[in-house]
Amino acid sequence: MSTTSVDAHGHSNNHAGHGYGDNNQLYVHFHRDDYGSKFGMWLFLFTEVLLFGGLFILYYGYRIAYPHDYHNAAMELNIVMGAVNTLVLLTSSLTMVLSIVALRRESIKTSLFYLVITFGFGATFCVNKYFEWSAKIHHGIFPGSMELKETRPAGEVVFFGLYYLMTGLHTFHVIVGMVIMVFCFIFIKTGTINPKKYIVLENAGLYWHLVDLIWIFLFPLFYLLH
Amino acid sequence: MSMNTTTNKNYTNFFQIKTKHKGLLAWLLTTDHKRIGIMYLVSILSFFLLGLTAAFMMRLEMLTPGQTISFIDAQTYNSFFTLHGMIMVFLFIIPGIPAVFGNFFLPLQIGADDVAFPRINLLSYYLYLAGAFLALYAIIFQTHIDTGWTFYVPYSLRTGTDVTLPLIAAFILGFSSIVTGLNFITTIHRMRIKGMTMFQMPLFSWSLYSTAWIQVLATPIIGITIVLVLLERTYKFGIFDPTMGGDPVLYQHLFWIYSHPAVYIMAIPAFGVISDVVATFSRKSIFGYKVMAYSTMSIAFIGYLVWAHHMFTSGMSDTARTVFSFLTFFVAIPTGVKVFNWVATLWRGTIVMSSPMLMALSAIFLFSIGGLTGLHLGSISTDVHLHDTYFVIAHFHYVIIGGILSMFIAAMHFWFPKMFGRMHNEKVAKVGVVMYFIGANVLYFPMFIMGYMGMPRRYFDYLPEFQIYHVVSTVGSWILITAILLMFTNLLIAIFKGKPAGSNPWGAKTLEWTMPSPPPLLNFIDTPVPSKDPYDYSDHDERIFRDLKNKENIINQENS
Amino acid sequence: MSGHNENTSVDKHEHVPSYGKNVMIWLALVALTALTVTVASVNLGNYTFFVAMLIASIKAMLVINIFMHIKYDDILMKSILIACGLVFAVIIIMYSFDLFNTYTG
Repeated sequence: MSTTSVDAHGHSNNHAGHGYGDNNQLYVHFHRDDYGSKFGMWLFLFTEVLLFGGLFILYYGYRIAYPHDYHNAAMELNIVMGAVNTLVLLTSSLTMVLSIVALRRESIKTSLFYLVITFGFGATFCVNKYFEWSAKIHHGIFPGSMELKETRPAGEVVFFGLYYLMTGLHTFHVIVGMVIMVFCFIFIKTGTINPKKYIVLENAGLYWHLVDLIWIFLFPLFYLLH
Repeated sequence: MSMNTTTNKNYTNFFQIKTKHKGLLAWLLTTDHKRIGIMYLVSILSFFLLGLTAAFMMRLEMLTPGQTISFIDAQTYNSFFTLHGMIMVFLFIIPGIPAVFGNFFLPLQIGADDVAFPRINLLSYYLYLAGAFLALYAIIFQTHIDTGWTFYVPYSLRTGTDVTLPLIAAFILGFSSIVTGLNFITTIHRMRIKGMTMFQMPLFSWSLYSTAWIQVLATPIIGITIVLVLLERTYKFGIFDPTMGGDPVLYQHLFWIYSHPAVYIMAIPAFGVISDVVATFSRKSIFGYKVMAYSTMSIAFIGYLVWAHHMFTSGMSDTARTVFSFLTFFVAIPTGVKVFNWVATLWRGTIVMSSPMLMALSAIFLFSIGGLTGLHLGSISTDVHLHDTYFVIAHFHYVIIGGILSMFIAAMHFWFPKMFGRMHNEKVAKVGVVMYFIGANVLYFPMFIMGYMGMPRRYFDYLPEFQIYHVVSTVGSWILITAILLMFTNLLIAIFKGKPAGSNPWGAKTLEWTMPSPPPLLNFIDTPVPSKDPYDYSDHDERIFRDLKNKENIINQENS
Repeated sequence: MSGHNENTSVDKHEHVPSYGKNVMIWLALVALTALTVTVASVNLGNYTFFVAMLIASIKAMLVINIFMHIKYDDILMKSILIACGLVFAVIIIMYSFDLFNTYTG
């Protein structure tokens, strides 16, 4: 008994079941709890929702405080850029789902293909965002800039502050999602994720959809309400 | 489950088990919830003693008007209350009961072999440790942070002291708290033993469930707020800075949207411990079990409706002040239900005056004082007068010291035999409890009077007319600290010299008492059979009670 | 050893989603995006905000229900989602009590 090894005890997504045999010998076996993993993932997504929730509360508060400044500032954002990014993210959400569907139908190659496409869309989003931000910074609109401090009313300063914070935090999540996809790609290649055991890919998908979900609200709030 | 079925079996407990790692690493890399619980206990108590030292110094400084101790000037005093507040709030009382006793006993109470995500559980511990050391490093070695634990803007944006590190620390600690909460919710839904429904869980598990929801759904708000203050300090986004269009009141909203529910993160697990202790030592099922479970959940929910009662003097609109003040009174309903149910459980029970029971009774009394004076602060008219005075300090210390810290200590005594397999000296523990009760009252009651007379909180100096109250209060702090140290020493000695406790020294009914003490590595040797009522004492007869009494007498005789 | 009351089976995914349905949902999302951009250029006065949020909410419902397949999940998963939404809604409503009376009163 005293030499019992418990290497197998405790895996983040699988917990080890166990029992004692006839001669009081410890044995360890696995059983997976995919439902539990997904449940935990949803709880994590809630924390993400409320993390952004804090920013949405700020956006809402200052929107009521400075309706006209919000209105004017929103005019300066590029709707085309925003709309293109919306389409990019929506499509990436679709390809993410298709990657899971393909894996469950045991066509690993198709699954990998869709995953790469999704990654590509994520990258496109970031590049787009880079150009959008560069243009703004080029016009002297960035946190703490002279342009904002000297010439703009308080509401516009706050609007652009929130614009950088919320889209910035969102883009950060896009990048994290892309890193997760790289891991998923490797795991599918090595067979850790397979048609029988795809919960990791499913959770990655949930995360990616959340990123999409947040953008669905950010887009009208910043680009369209003028 | 008979209490002696498993005691004689040959088994290896979780302290002795060999793993692939040796020595200290076997602890540091463990995913066993019991070892993680013990590690939390050691770290949390160390930080608690540090916070206690800061409190002791502050009380000593307040003994006379002006500077009393040579090395504590006004600026040092400011950093002392920041140190005290940050350590006690973020490092001790918020993680406190869930991280230590939740980790150790949640799986045992629901018949599981571990939490749902054991490795994430270990991650949570290291996040806690990282946050703790970062905060301590920043406060003690770097600069004298003087913002208080609330980091109110605009002062926290402008202060010359470096609040960046403590803010990062608070963010990491918040993340640790979220991860623990997430783990517990999943554990309760997925790992309950077959045959145990939600409404057959012990109330301590219920309290952890409700706490975990607050941890998951409130902590992210403070997380983003902290990030915003950090960014605002560095990049001038203008979100909170009033010179750039920001609104400091909005910071306070976001801060209290988390920090008010956080009060229930501290309190609800303590309520859970009281429920378990009161039922066990009354040898009776808890009165109104379902109502207790519901009230636990409703306190968590109502916590989201009342946050702005911390901001009555911050310049909110009158409508908001009225609404929040009105809703605040609703917290008293589920809390009152709990107090009545505990008292009703005592009625016609076979009461055993053990040290945890004595502490629970003292906690019900002290907590009632703390809770009822909360109503004075919850109604606008009186709050405007009492806001930021010693009355507030007295109120929340009655709640925290009287209701929560005392239940942390009661939990230590209650579950000590299970965790370490040994009995502590009950006589000494009871003396400690009585001293604790006296000390807490002597320390905090004068503060109510001072506060009512207008003594503001966080002040280094005061008018001579307040001195008599400050002197009484400081003497109280000595009694309280002696009591705490007495009880801790008693337990520490018992770890090495205590008599073997057996599997169920208290004659309790919940599942953690069906296994030998200390628990085996994988918890249950025989599959436990949960009963319909977690506190089913219907088969209780005088024999168990007598056994307990005899054991107590033997231990006491041998100790004296 | 540890029992599971809800969903004892390890893998409970009766519903295998199809390619077609997801593509349809994507088309609907694109259409709604086009709609919201179009509506934005029309001046609806005070309703602009609500229309934009309504369309965004419909899109969000589609993503949550189909892409994140909450629709096919059990009651527990649905209820925790509702609980989270409820808490956020409560925070927004409670905050509004201060907001509208401070800035517009």
